[in-house]
Amino acid sequence: MLVAENITKKFSGVTALDNVCLELHEGKVNAILGENGAGKSTLMKILSGVYQEYEGQLLWNGRPVRFLGTKEAQDAGIAIIHQELNLIPYLSITENIFLGQELETIWGALNKKKMRQTTTELLKKLKLDVDPDTQVNELKVGQQQLVEIAKALLLNPQVIIMDEPTSAITDQEVETLFDIINELKQENKTIAYISHKLDELFRIADRYIVLRDGKSIESGEMAGINQDQLIQKMVGREIFVHQKPALSVSQDQLLSVQHFSLKRSAKRPELVLDNLSFTLKRGEILGIFGLMGAGRTELFEALFGLHPALTSGKVSIERQEVKITSPVEAVKAGLALVPEDRKRDGIVPIMEVKQNISLASLGYHVEKNGVLNNNAEAQLADKYIQELGIKTSSSGQLIKNLSGGNQQKAILGKWLATHPKILLLDEPTRGIDVHAKSEIYRLILQLAASGLGILMVSSELPEIFAVSDRVLVLSEGKLTLETPIENATEDKLLKAAISKK
Amino acid sequence: MQTTLESQKKRLAKLQPLIALFVLCLIIGLLSDKFFTVSNFWNVLRQISVNICLSVGMTLVVLMAGIDLSVGSVLALCGAITAGLFKMGIEVPSQNLYVGFTLLGASVAGVLTGALLGFFNGFVITRFKVPSFVATLAMLTVARGLTMLWTKGFPISGLGEQFAYMGTGWFLGVPVPVWISATVVGLAVFLSDKTKLGRYIYAIGGNENASLLSGININKVKVIVYTIAGALAAVGGLMVTSRLDSAQPNAGTGYELDSIAAVVIGGTSLSGGKGSIWGTVLGAIIIGVLNNGLVLLNVSPFWQQVVKGFVILLAVIIDKVNSKNG
Repeated sequence: MLVAENITKKFSGVTALDNVCLELHEGKVNAILGENGAGKSTLMKILSGVYQEYEGQLLWNGRPVRFLGTKEAQDAGIAIIHQELNLIPYLSITENIFLGQELETIWGALNKKKMRQTTTELLKKLKLDVDPDTQVNELKVGQQQLVEIAKALLLNPQVIIMDEPTSAITDQEVETLFDIINELKQENKTIAYISHKLDELFRIADRYIVLRDGKSIESGEMAGINQDQLIQKMVGREIFVHQKPALSVSQDQLLSVQHFSLKRSAKRPELVLDNLSFTLKRGEILGIFGLMGAGRTELFEALFGLHPALTSGKVSIERQEVKITSPVEAVKAGLALVPEDRKRDGIVPIMEVKQNISLASLGYHVEKNGVLNNNAEAQLADKYIQELGIKTSSSGQLIKNLSGGNQQKAILGKWLATHPKILLLDEPTRGIDVHAKSEIYRLILQLAASGLGILMVSSELPEIFAVSDRVLVLSEGKLTLETPIENATEDKLLKAAISKK
Repeated sequence: MQTTLESQKKRLAKLQPLIALFVLCLIIGLLSDKFFTVSNFWNVLRQISVNICLSVGMTLVVLMAGIDLSVGSVLALCGAITAGLFKMGIEVPSQNLYVGFTLLGASVAGVLTGALLGFFNGFVITRFKVPSFVATLAMLTVARGLTMLWTKGFPISGLGEQFAYMGTGWFLGVPVPVWISATVVGLAVFLSDKTKLGRYIYAIGGNENASLLSGININKVKVIVYTIAGALAAVGGLMVTSRLDSAQPNAGTGYELDSIAAVVIGGTSLSGGKGSIWGTVLGAIIIGVLNNGLVLLNVSPFWQQVVKGFVILLAVIIDKVNSKNG
C-alpha cells in the first residue's frame, strides 16, 4: 500500500515534517491526528503530489515513487478531498465532477450524455438525490461536500485522503458520509481521514497515526486506545477540560433580547430567526447550540447590526433600549463579535499582530485627532499578548504566520481592547487544536469572571458543556429549549436541536 | 539568525525599485551626456509631478482594493472649470448677473469640483455596491462629456502669466509643480502611515469583512478616499492647464493608465492591503526617467510605449517572484 519513509519537509528553513514515517493500511480507515501545525496537511500534500520537494521517499505498492504533481498522484490512484471546497459555483455538478477529465466524442465535442450518466451513477452511490445539471451554488454546503467526494471517486482511486471532511456539514450529513466511507471500505479502498473530532474518529477509524510537532509519534489500532490516551499522545501532556465553571453569575441583567426576528431577505420574507427572547446576566456564559442552518450565526449577525432592514424586535443593554443598525454602533454599544470564519471575517492576514489587535480600538486609546501613537499601540498589543498568552515572535509579526489558536487569541485581544460589555463568540475553537482549545476555554471563563456577558455559539456539545452556565437551543430559527447547564444532557440538547416546534 | 536573514531579504526586496531606478539612470547617463544635468533633473521632476498627484490618489484607492479610472477625465474637467472661471467668470445674462473669479477662487472651485466628482464615485460605490471599476469608468465618460460641454470642444487659452506660475514658475530654485507634488506626497505619506484613516485604508484592503466586523465605518473611509483621489486629480488638472497656458478638452486622456502603472511598478498590490506612497513615487519617477531617457536617446515615441509596457510587466513579475519566495 502507501508507505512514507523518513519524510522531511522544510519551508524556508522551518521544519514542518521531521523524519516522518507512515503506513496506510489497505482497506482501512486510517485516522491522522495531531494538533494544528503538527504537519498533517503538509504530509497529505506530499502524498497527493501537491508538494514535490522533500527528503525521504514514498513507497506505492512496494515501489518507490515521487509524484510530480497532483495529476500524477491521481493517475496512480490517490485522490485528495481538501478541507476547503474547490468547486466552481456557476458550473453544474456534472461539469464540476468532470473538470479536467472531460469526455469527448470522436468529433471532439463534449460527450455530455456519457458524463451526465456517469455523474448520475456517482450521485446515486452517494445517495445524493439531485439533478446532475444543478448548479453547484444552489446546493447546500453538505451536498457540495458530497460532490467533492464524487469528483474524487470518478477516477476510481485506491486511496482517498479526506482533510476535515465534516467541518462544515450537519450531523445527518455526517451519517451519510460515514455510510459512504463504510461502503468504500467494503470495496477495499484505503481512506486517510484527518479530523479534530475525536468522537468521530472513534466511530469510523480502524487505525490511528499521531503526529506531533512534525514527528510521527505513534500508530496503532483504534480499538486498543481510548480518547484520553489519544489526546495525551497528541499534546504530549495531560490536559484539563473544564467541565463546569465555578463562578458566580451576578443578578445584574446585561442584555435583554425580546421578540427578535430576522427575515431571509427583502424578497424572501421567511423567518431565519423567529421571535427569540432571552436575557444574559453579567458574568454569565450562555451557550447557544443548534445544527447547521438553525440560525446561530445569523443571530449574531443580526445582533451586531449587519441586517438592520430585516431585523425586528427589541434589544436592551443594561436596561437601556438600543437600536443597532451597523457594526459601528454595535461596537459603541459594547458588543464584540468573534466570527466563525477566522480567515474570512476575523484577521487582516497581511497586517501585523499589533495592528490586528488595535484595529477595533484605534479611536479609543491609540490615536489623538486621527494621528496614531505607535508607542501606545505597541503597549496595547504587548498587554494583550501577555495577558492572553499569544505565542508570537513579536507584536510586529504578520498575523497570518501565527497558528489558528493564537490568531483567535489575537482577535479576542482586539475586542478586549474595546472594553466590551458583551462578547459574541461564534464557534470560538473551530479549527483549533486540543491544547489551544482548553486555553481558549480558560480565557472565556476568566473573561466571564471579570464581569463580561458571553454568548457562545457552538456546534460541539463538549464545548457547550465545558463553559456554559445556561444553554439555548435553536432549531430552524426557533428557540426550542432553554435550560441551566445542570439540567442539560447531550441527549436533551440534541433532541431540542432537531425538534420542530 | 534565521529571522534577521529573512528580514534583511525582505528589506532588500523593498529596495528593489530603488536599485532598478539607480541602474536605469546609470545606463541612460552612460548613453547620453545630457541626462545628468541640473536642468534635466528638474525637467524630469516637473514632468512627473502631474502623474505623482494622480498616482498618490490612485495608491490610496488601490490600497483599498479599488480602482479609479476617472482621474484623467476629472483632471480635464477641473482644469477647464478653473480656466473658464478665471478667464470669464460666471455670467447669467437673464439675471444681469456677473461673478468674477480670482486665481485662488477659480483654483479652489476647480479642486472642489474634483472632490465632488470623487465623492460621487465613492457614494455610488458604497451606496449601490457598484464595483469601483464600473462606477469610475462611467465617471470617466461623464466627466469627459462635461468637459466638452463646458469648453464647447475648444481649448480655453490665454490665461496669463499669473496662471502660468503654477505649472512653469520657480520658487526657491525649485519648480512650482515639484513643490506642489512634494507637498501632496508628504501629506499622503503622513495620512497613510500615521493616521487612523490610513490604517483603515490598509485594513479594508487587507480584509474588508474583518474591517467591517471590527466596527470600522468602511463606507465612510471609501467615500473619503475617492474624494481625495478626485481632489488630487483636480490639482493635477490645474498644473496641466497652467503649464500649457490652456485648458484642452482632451487633456489627461489615458493618464489613469499612467498612474495605475506608477502604482503597480511601485509595488502596490491591485488586490489591496499592500503597498506604499513611497513605492508609487518611485514608480512614477521610474516611468518619468524612462520617458526622458528614451527621448534623449532619440527613440521613437512608439517604441517608448512598448518599452513602458514591458517595464510594467517586469515590475509585476519581479513582485510575484519575491512574494513567492518570501
